[in-house]
Amino acid sequence: MNDTSPSIATKRQPVADKAPWSLADFVLRWESILVLLLIAVVIGNTWRSPYFLDIYNLSDATQNFAEKAIVALPMALLILVREIDLSVAAIIALASLMTGLAAQAGVPAPLLFLVGPLVGMACGLFNGTLVTRIGLPSIVVTIGTMSLFRGIAQVVLGDQVIATYPSGYTDYGQSYLIKWPPLYLSFIIFLVLAVVFALVLHRTAFGRKLYAIGNNPVAARFSGIPVERIRFWLFVLTGLLAGLAAALLTARIGSTRPNIALGWELEIITMVILGGVSIAGGSGTIHGVMLAVFIIGLIIFGLSLLNVPGIVISVLLGTLLILSLAAPLLLRRLLRR
Amino acid sequence: MSFILRNREIALAIIIALMVTGIGIYAPPFVSPDNISYVLDDTSILFMMVLGQMMVILTRGIDLSVASNIALSGMISASLAESSPNLPVITYIALAIVTGTILGLINGSLIAFVGIPPIVMTLGTLAAFRGLIVVYGGGNQVNASEMGAVFQGFPKIPILGVTSTFWIMVALSIGVFVFLNMTRAGRGLYAVGGNPEAARYCGIDLSRQQLLVYTLSGAIAGLCGYLWTARYGVAYSEIASGFELTVIAACVIGGVSIAGGVGTVPGALLGALFLGVIVNALPVMQITPFWQMAISGFVILTAVILNARSEKRGIKLILPEARRAAGGTP
Repeated sequence: MNDTSPSIATKRQPVADKAPWSLADFVLRWESILVLLLIAVVIGNTWRSPYFLDIYNLSDATQNFAEKAIVALPMALLILVREIDLSVAAIIALASLMTGLAAQAGVPAPLLFLVGPLVGMACGLFNGTLVTRIGLPSIVVTIGTMSLFRGIAQVVLGDQVIATYPSGYTDYGQSYLIKWPPLYLSFIIFLVLAVVFALVLHRTAFGRKLYAIGNNPVAARFSGIPVERIRFWLFVLTGLLAGLAAALLTARIGSTRPNIALGWELEIITMVILGGVSIAGGSGTIHGVMLAVFIIGLIIFGLSLLNVPGIVISVLLGTLLILSLAAPLLLRRLLRR
Repeated sequence: MSFILRNREIALAIIIALMVTGIGIYAPPFVSPDNISYVLDDTSILFMMVLGQMMVILTRGIDLSVASNIALSGMISASLAESSPNLPVITYIALAIVTGTILGLINGSLIAFVGIPPIVMTLGTLAAFRGLIVVYGGGNQVNASEMGAVFQGFPKIPILGVTSTFWIMVALSIGVFVFLNMTRAGRGLYAVGGNPEAARYCGIDLSRQQLLVYTLSGAIAGLCGYLWTARYGVAYSEIASGFELTVIAACVIGGVSIAGGVGTVPGALLGALFLGVIVNALPVMQITPFWQMAISGFVILTAVILNARSEKRGIKLILPEARRAAGGTP
C-alpha cells in the first residue's frame, strides 16, 4: 500500500443526508408562510361574513375549486420536471364534448364517467408525443393543442349546447356523496389524489427522480433516469386527470358549451405557482399546492359571499401571485446585505 | 431551391402567396383590392402586437399580459373620450400609450429588478390588468355612441387606399426593424437571447434589456388598445380576451424561437399575415368561423414541427450508444 495516500479510517469526510434542522428555516419555509396566509384568510372571512363558517357553505365552496385542484396536482409534477401544459382547459372542453356525445348516443350513466378520462388520456398522449418524441418546447406545443382541442369542440358544437345528461350522471356532481360530513364526489377525489401524489412525490424513489430531472435533466439522464419517458407519462397523467375533471365538471353543471372551463389553465397554474412550485423546475411540494388550493378557493368563496365580482377577485389573485414571488426574493436580498 | 426552402421568410411568403392564389381562384372577390385592403387593415393590430411580443421572446421572455393591457388601455382612453369627446385625437392616443407603457414598466421592473420569472409575472398581470378595468370603470361598458366621432374616426381615415391604422403599423415595423438591426440595444436583444452569459461578459446588461422590451411591449399594447376600442367601437372588460395566445402563435409561425435569440421582423409579420389571411378567408370559403380556432391550432403545431426540423437540433442525445445510433460522434 502507498503510505502517502490518506487513510480511509482517519480522513473520513462526513456527508450529511439532510440539512440540519433550524428554526429559521422552518419559519421561513414557503409552506409555513402559506399556512399563515390560510389562517389569515379564514379569520378575515369569518370576521367579515357570518355565513362563512357553515359546514354546508364550505362544502359548496369546494365545488368551485375541486375540479381545478385535481388538475393542479399533475400540473405541479409537470412544472417540477420543467414542462408545462397550457392545454388542460381545452382538454376539459374536448372531454366534456365527447361525454355529451356519448350521453346523446345513449351510453349509460356510470360509463359516462369513463369517457372524459379516456379522451383526456388521448390528448395527453398527443401532447407527450409532440414534446418528448419530436423534442418541441412544451409551452409552444400546448398553446397549439390548446387551440386545436378547443377548436375541435367548437367545430362540433358550433353555438349549440348539449344539456341532455341522464340524472344518474348529474347526481354525482350535484348532490353529496357522503351526507355527514357533507362531501361532494369531486372534493373526495381531490383529497384522495392529493394524498397519493404527496406519498409518491415525497416518499418514493420515483418522486426523488422527478426532483432530479427538474434540477438537472442531463445529470438525471446520466444517473439512469429515463427523463423523456417520465415526462411523457406525466403529460398522459395530466391529460387523464383533466379528463376526469371534465367528467366531474360536466356532471356538476349538467351542460357542455364550447367555452366550458375557459381560462382555467391560468387559474390552475396560479395554484401550482402560489403553492411554491418553482417555474424553473426542481422544487415544490404537494402540501404547498394543497395549501394554495385552499387559500385561493376560500378567498374566492369569501369574497363572493361579500358580493365582490369575480373579475375584481382576479385582480387580488394576480397581485397575490406576484407578491408571493416578489416577497421572498426581496427578503433574501435584504438579508444578504 | 434549397436556399428558398432554408430561408423561412421566403418559404412562408410563398406559402401565403399560394394560399391567397388558391382562395382567389375559388372566390375571386377575396383578391379584390378592397378586400385586400380590408384584410391588411383587419390584421394591422396583430402585426403590431407581434413586433412587441417578438422583442420580448428574443430575450427568452414571454408577455402574456398584452391582451389585458389592450383592454385596460383601451378602456381608460375610451373613458376620456366619453367624458370629453372633443379633445384632439392625439390626446386619446397619448393617454392609451402612456397607460400601456406604465403597465409594461410594472412588468419589466419586477422581472428585471426583483427577478420574477416572466411567465409568472405576466400571468399575474394578465389577471390583474383585466380585473382593473372593472375596478376602474365600475363594470360599465363604453359604447360607440358614447365615444364620439373624433375618437372613432382616426383609425379609419383612408390614405392611399388603406387605413391610417395600416400606415401606423408600417411606420412601427420600420422603426422596430431599424432598432433591431441597426442599434446597439437592438443587437443586444439577440445577444442576451442567444447566450445570456456570453452577453453578460460582453457588458450587455440583461436587466436593462428586460426593462426595455417589456416597456416597449406595453407601449405597443397601449397604442393597440386605443386602435382596438376605436375600431370596434366598444370598450369593456372582455375585449381582446385570449388575444395574447394568437400573438404568440403568430410569432411561432413566423419563426421566432421561444428559446430566445432567433426571429426577424419580416418573419414575424408574415406569421401574423398568415393567421390574418386564414381568419379572413374562412367566411369567403363558406366555412363557419367555428373552424378558425382548430385551424390555427393545427397551423401552430405544423409550424413548430417544421421549425424543429429546419433547426436540426432536435433531441439532445447524451448517452454514447444513442448518439452512435443517430450517426453522430460517439
